[in-house]
Amino acid sequence: MLLKIEKRSESSRVMVYMTPIIALVLTVLCSTVLFTLLGVSPVEALNTFFIQPLDSRYDLSELFVKATPLMLIAIGLSVGFKANVWNIGAEGQLTMGAIVGSSLFIYFHDIDSVFLLPAMILLGAIGGAAWAAIPAFLKTRFNANEILTSLMLVYVAILFLSVLVHGPWRDPDGFNFPESRTFSDSADMPILVAGTRMHFGTLLALLAVLGTWIMMAKTLVGFQIKVIGSAPTAGGYAGFSQKKIIWFTLLFGGALAGVAGLSEVAGPIDQIIPTISPGYGFTAIIVAFLGRLHPVGIFFASLLMALTYLGGETAQISLGLPVAVTGVFQGMVLFFLLASDVLVNYRFRLNIGRKAVS
Amino acid sequence: MAGFDWIVPVILTMITAATPLVFAGIGELITEKSGVLNLGVEGMMLVGAVTGFITATVTGNYFLAVLAAAFAGSVMAFLFGVLTLSLMANQVATGLALTLFGVGLSALMGQEFVGMPVDPLDKLYISGLTDIPYIGPIIFGQDGLVYLSFAVVAAVSWFLYKTKAGLILRAVGDSHDAAHSIGYSVIGIRYLAVMFGGAMSGIGGAYLSLAYTPMWAENMTAGRGWIALALIVFATWKPGLVLIGAYMFGGITILQLHAQAAGLDVPSQVLSMLPYVATVLVLVLISKDQSRIRKHAPACIGKIFHPAA
Repeated sequence: MLLKIEKRSESSRVMVYMTPIIALVLTVLCSTVLFTLLGVSPVEALNTFFIQPLDSRYDLSELFVKATPLMLIAIGLSVGFKANVWNIGAEGQLTMGAIVGSSLFIYFHDIDSVFLLPAMILLGAIGGAAWAAIPAFLKTRFNANEILTSLMLVYVAILFLSVLVHGPWRDPDGFNFPESRTFSDSADMPILVAGTRMHFGTLLALLAVLGTWIMMAKTLVGFQIKVIGSAPTAGGYAGFSQKKIIWFTLLFGGALAGVAGLSEVAGPIDQIIPTISPGYGFTAIIVAFLGRLHPVGIFFASLLMALTYLGGETAQISLGLPVAVTGVFQGMVLFFLLASDVLVNYRFRLNIGRKAVS
Repeated sequence: MAGFDWIVPVILTMITAATPLVFAGIGELITEKSGVLNLGVEGMMLVGAVTGFITATVTGNYFLAVLAAAFAGSVMAFLFGVLTLSLMANQVATGLALTLFGVGLSALMGQEFVGMPVDPLDKLYISGLTDIPYIGPIIFGQDGLVYLSFAVVAAVSWFLYKTKAGLILRAVGDSHDAAHSIGYSVIGIRYLAVMFGGAMSGIGGAYLSLAYTPMWAENMTAGRGWIALALIVFATWKPGLVLIGAYMFGGITILQLHAQAAGLDVPSQVLSMLPYVATVLVLVLISKDQSRIRKHAPACIGKIFHPAA
């Protein structure tokens, strides 16, 4: 072969930080081709996708509204991914968090108390964690693959939500629409900046990022996760329990996804509807990888992915592009990232010339 | 015998529900036998479904439509191959990426075709044979893809266990280093296996959009790609059991249609949960016995191959 892939003796630190940027550049290049195929001027499309959504103060606040669930979920998932625990059912955990958390309001909607929302957030975390506990139990007890079980439970959770909004949780004054009653003030996420939709959930997300950072860097659990993930045998010799890590990472990710779900329904959505997430649970997987499973990276990656949601909406309105472009875009980012990751551990060598010598 | 009239329609819908799973499952079986785990089945099925549907509506030629779906699926699988085989990316993450990308890409491709009707695939009719009560419509009244699905399972079985090429494929999946040192091209063989898997997933997807529910809707696979992955674990990597498993899942999937017709008073969503719950239960039952899994699973599954030389 002309081009040879050679293992580096040490993985490249530079490349760890460079590959997300390489991936983005390649995605932008590829999407200009895509836009041309769709009959839109690439310059105009890129402008609508990435510049226009950042135009005003309000737009910037919307960026945080969209980034909030992504950040919460991705930071939770990243801990699991580090330990090679593949929870890909965050979308279901988000849904269950929203259901369990808001059940308090649905059944006791007359309560007017400052403790209502905190209790709902807590229940949201419990709901998400409980849903993630199922794959954790099945994995540790029966060795059932958590990828498949957690994903199957996404469908179950979404169908369960549908049962509720089409039945017992339907707003009695709602003309039979599949929607719950709208949340009262004491069940609503407080708005952080007047005149925007930026809510308390954003603060929770930032706290989660910070907290996870400290946990991974400074605590024994964080250390165990890193060891089990990179060298399971060594972890075993050190007496770290793999099962404990599976439980911990799944519950942790589930709880944060649950909080994300609750903060969506008690925040921008303000009620329970059949579709509460445009796939945040799946996009968060991309966010986690794009952010290199590191809190700081995840912070920026979630803003970037939030931008693709906003850009998709803007492009739909002003250019008539289908919303699905956002999905293609997000998929491409992850593809290129994984592809360019080869550069971290390997380098390319040209084989010309040397062959003639040997 | 009038009381048993319901049985024929039930079996007929079971066949249509099972066929996409047979295709996707048997394709992924070959992929996994070569030692590669491609979690992108769902994405490949979706792209196959939309490609098949578009080709059928534009050309009206169903043969071409199925061919296009297979091609589209294998192109997706080729992308997966480039990343995992040539660039040595993590197979789990890349498979997820393939599914996420496939969901978006198929939605984009199909957006102008949503809700458009298309004639379902033609069914076989042999005067006399198809008219035999009960077994006639079941055995002699299917569309071509159903017959093809059985043929593919038989062919894969024969290929894996009766041919030298099949033996090589299994060797690559069980010990890539040994296969490499004898001189087989591990990467080349895996590319072929992965692309076969993609082609089959594509056909499975096309069956959904051309026969099962002859239309295109975003995300219409509804997790069938993932169920197909679970099916392989259930089948302990044996082609015949993939077929049986697919029909079991087909049976569970259609329960919701027939239970409602029978007047069962359960929200339809609860019945729709059944295939997913069943998948989890089956995984639990099978995975419990680890020694059995270890005995049958390809030893190198999911492992990255980088020739040291």
